[in-house]
Amino acid sequence: MNLLGKLTWAAIPIDSPLPIISSLVVGTAIVGVLGWVVVKGYFPYVWREWLTSVDHKRVGVMYCLLALVMLLRGFTDAVMMRTQQALAFRSDGYLPPEHYNQVFSSHGTIMIFFVAMPFVIGLMNFVVPLQLGIRDVAFPTLNSVGFWLTATGALLVNISLVVGEFARTGWLPYPPLSELAYSPGVGVDYYLWALQISGVGTLLTGINLVTTILKTRAPGMSLLRMPMFCWTSLASNLLIVAAFPVLTATLAMLTLDRYLGFHFFTNDAGGNVMMFMNLIWAWGHPEVYILILPAFGIFSEVIATFSSKPLFGYRSMVLATMAICVLAFMVWLHHFFTMGAGADVNAFFGIMTTIIAVPTGVKVFNWLFTMYGGRIRYEPPVLWAIGFIITFVIGGMTGVLLALPPVDFLLHNSLFLVAHFHNVIIGGVLFGVFAGYTYWFPKAFGFRLHSGLGKAAFWFWLVGFYVAFMPLYVLGLLGMTRRMQHYDVAAWRPWLLVAAGGAALILVGIVLLIVQLVVSIRRREELRDVDGDPWNGRTLEWATPSPPPVYNFAVLPEVSGDDAYWTTKQSARDAHPPAYGPIELPRNSPTGIVCAFFATVMGFALIWHIWWMVVVGFFGAWATFVVFAWRDQVDDILGADEVERIDRDAHRGTRAPALAGAAA
Amino acid sequence: MSLAAATADDPNALGHQPDADAGGVANQRIIVGYGFWIFLVSDIVMFAAFFAAYAVLSDATAGGPAGRQLFDLKTTAIETACLLLSSFTCGLATIAAHVERRGWFQAAMAATFVLGATFIGLEVHELAGLVAGGNGPQRSGFLSAFFALVGCHGLHVTLGLLWLSTMMAQVVAKGFRDDILRRILCFSLFWHALDIIWVALFTVVYLIGSIT
Amino acid sequence: MTDTPATAAPGSTHAPAQSVGTQVLGYAVGLVLAVALTGISFFLPHSALIWAPGVPIGLVVLAVAQMGVHLVFFLHLNTGPDSTNTVLALAFGLLIVFLIIAGSLFIMSHLNHMMPPMDQVMRMQR
Repeated sequence: MNLLGKLTWAAIPIDSPLPIISSLVVGTAIVGVLGWVVVKGYFPYVWREWLTSVDHKRVGVMYCLLALVMLLRGFTDAVMMRTQQALAFRSDGYLPPEHYNQVFSSHGTIMIFFVAMPFVIGLMNFVVPLQLGIRDVAFPTLNSVGFWLTATGALLVNISLVVGEFARTGWLPYPPLSELAYSPGVGVDYYLWALQISGVGTLLTGINLVTTILKTRAPGMSLLRMPMFCWTSLASNLLIVAAFPVLTATLAMLTLDRYLGFHFFTNDAGGNVMMFMNLIWAWGHPEVYILILPAFGIFSEVIATFSSKPLFGYRSMVLATMAICVLAFMVWLHHFFTMGAGADVNAFFGIMTTIIAVPTGVKVFNWLFTMYGGRIRYEPPVLWAIGFIITFVIGGMTGVLLALPPVDFLLHNSLFLVAHFHNVIIGGVLFGVFAGYTYWFPKAFGFRLHSGLGKAAFWFWLVGFYVAFMPLYVLGLLGMTRRMQHYDVAAWRPWLLVAAGGAALILVGIVLLIVQLVVSIRRREELRDVDGDPWNGRTLEWATPSPPPVYNFAVLPEVSGDDAYWTTKQSARDAHPPAYGPIELPRNSPTGIVCAFFATVMGFALIWHIWWMVVVGFFGAWATFVVFAWRDQVDDILGADEVERIDRDAHRGTRAPALAGAAA
Repeated sequence: MSLAAATADDPNALGHQPDADAGGVANQRIIVGYGFWIFLVSDIVMFAAFFAAYAVLSDATAGGPAGRQLFDLKTTAIETACLLLSSFTCGLATIAAHVERRGWFQAAMAATFVLGATFIGLEVHELAGLVAGGNGPQRSGFLSAFFALVGCHGLHVTLGLLWLSTMMAQVVAKGFRDDILRRILCFSLFWHALDIIWVALFTVVYLIGSIT
Repeated sequence: MTDTPATAAPGSTHAPAQSVGTQVLGYAVGLVLAVALTGISFFLPHSALIWAPGVPIGLVVLAVAQMGVHLVFFLHLNTGPDSTNTVLALAFGLLIVFLIIAGSLFIMSHLNHMMPPMDQVMRMQR
């Protein structure tokens, strides 16, 4: 009996320097940061105020930070692919096939699960309770657990760089390639357990935010007075609750195939490979709406604020959002039109797919009409929004093209498809989270991001995106399939060189975002957001000081109309001194991070078949929850005097007292 | 009224009437119950995926036995009886918790545990018998889907038993605190929901499987 | 924290006014109904009560009825304004369940017809 399962020294890829060097650099950086924190004596602060925090704002910020770090990792993979394809004309390039396959697999996995998802969830976490006018999410500790489980997944993916290998199957592990017979290594196992664990975290967050939005809102905040971002968050989290269990089940089936010799998706003994395509896309299509709907919400907020107008067609927007939420579950076959379903099925799903463009179109027109006649301030968030509208319309139209089965038969699996989904994910989701990042940054940290550098970053991203991905449309039409490690068609070469140039422009955009962050931190005094409302906002988050105190609102606001904060500002009523009362605050708890530690142990042990460690990990996680359940003091009470003192200090310039007085 | 003033000034806002659902923060018990309800909905969706796989693979016997040759409806009937009775005792436990009667609560929970454990014992016995007869999940796609579906429900019941014993210990140690009452509510919802899944399971898998 | 009587959690209808006896009776009625429906389900396949090809449909109807019994008597779901949100969440879940199961069967039956799984192809070639 081997105590370490399949794990041996051979798992460390000493012979391939690239991952070793890069992980050494990353490892040194992590150890360096940790060492600096400990040496400077910041560790108790970081532990008490951040790592164990159950404050939705802190958890949200940590989600976004995780996403930004993983964006760098995923983008490194992208640069490697672009340079490989630029070089590998009639040659092998510099990445051997088995390495190249891992690169494109981890690029897709990381960008979807550990960049887009945490960024979107982080923004929802930070903003939704503030916009609803409440003090925290429904289940604060669960929120922290969800974040740390997501971080566990990200950690496992990164461990695969050094110990073992990652999947070579693409971002969705299609069988039979991903079955044990054809992928005997641990790569697919890393994929499966990283996604299972982070998927649990995502599900917990989904449950949490649905409950928050439906059950805890400020008095007077009826459903149809909620800001659009809350509506799209509700739809997105409903989709998480409904779709992620399908992913869990599907990955569990593949896991059973690989670990216990089941025959769900094998070629023999009655297994059915197509079951996997069917089930994974039954999750996979809702997933793209889970990502894009919150981005739609961010753009709705940004466009309304910077046009100084209420959102045009609020109710049609709500209706469109909820329509997308349901339609998202009726189109999944379009991801495998060519896999033999036949004309009847293809026609049905093709029509459903084109129908889903209608509510999306409604949204685009609503944004345009919101801007029409408005006094638009061209700050970076609104630039991202305008860039989004143009880019997303192009991506949407190529999507409608691909929704037609006859066209899809020509273009499936080609770079045209790759160009399409990058067009909607970068132009939609990524531009959306960047808009949200710039827009809500002053709320989170109390100072704005440097505007000029933000604009420069935007232009490099926008131009870089077009230079990098428009050639891929052409290449797809020229017949180039995706995921090619090398090729010998001369006509493709120039386009691939242009695309590599585009990746370089995007790199400049990313560097500018980092520079913007650094410069803004250094010049934070001149960028200070004094009154908590830097953009002349319309929704309740701007009624709080920046950064908001731990309890968000000293007195829960009474909402008496749409655009809650705007209404209050317009009515300019006399500020009554608010009646402060004591506030119950959920206690910070290390449950999340400890539970994630055991989840990491368990995941790693499962990947390497170290069974005793699996048992340790499981009971460790269970014991963590029992300890949590046994504690006697759940809340800390902040006395009324303390609240009043903090509030008077913080509210030097805000108009929130007027808001609280609106109740009176 | 400020709403009227704002909309009157603004040509782009439609006249939104304030609606009945007025917002406000619900009490903790309602929030927790609702959150757990959402979790149960997601769990049911997960079972739906396993049911879909079972439905698709139910003919994929790969030359091996079909359900009709394998299922012993007598065992299924006893298992069902255990679960139904345990739902009843679980209900009694929640009532006892509400009126804060420790003795009755512990007795009802213990009965629930015994019934649940009997169910698991019978199920393990049945599945082990299949494996011993060469009809394990490795035999065919149909048996894979069957083992996964029944096993997934069994795993839920097992975790439920772990949760149940934790709750019994917690009531001994801490009594009927508000948060513990909320957890008991969630546990009872979980236990009853597993029953609903079992109804679908014995109908689709065992009963329909035994006649087709 | 304010109490909103307009919304209630599933399982929370134990109004203090309700006596223990009434509550126990509720569970007992649920149990009797569930046992009766289960009994009919187990009896049906081996009887000649209904036309044999109709048995699966009959079983499904009985199962749906029993799930309803469980929801009402054990999970305390009702039609009152109290549980609107709860019922809506359940309805959304059931819609998704329906879409996933019906969609999978629709897609997979066509796929299997057009492109049978590997072992079926092998058998045909034999």
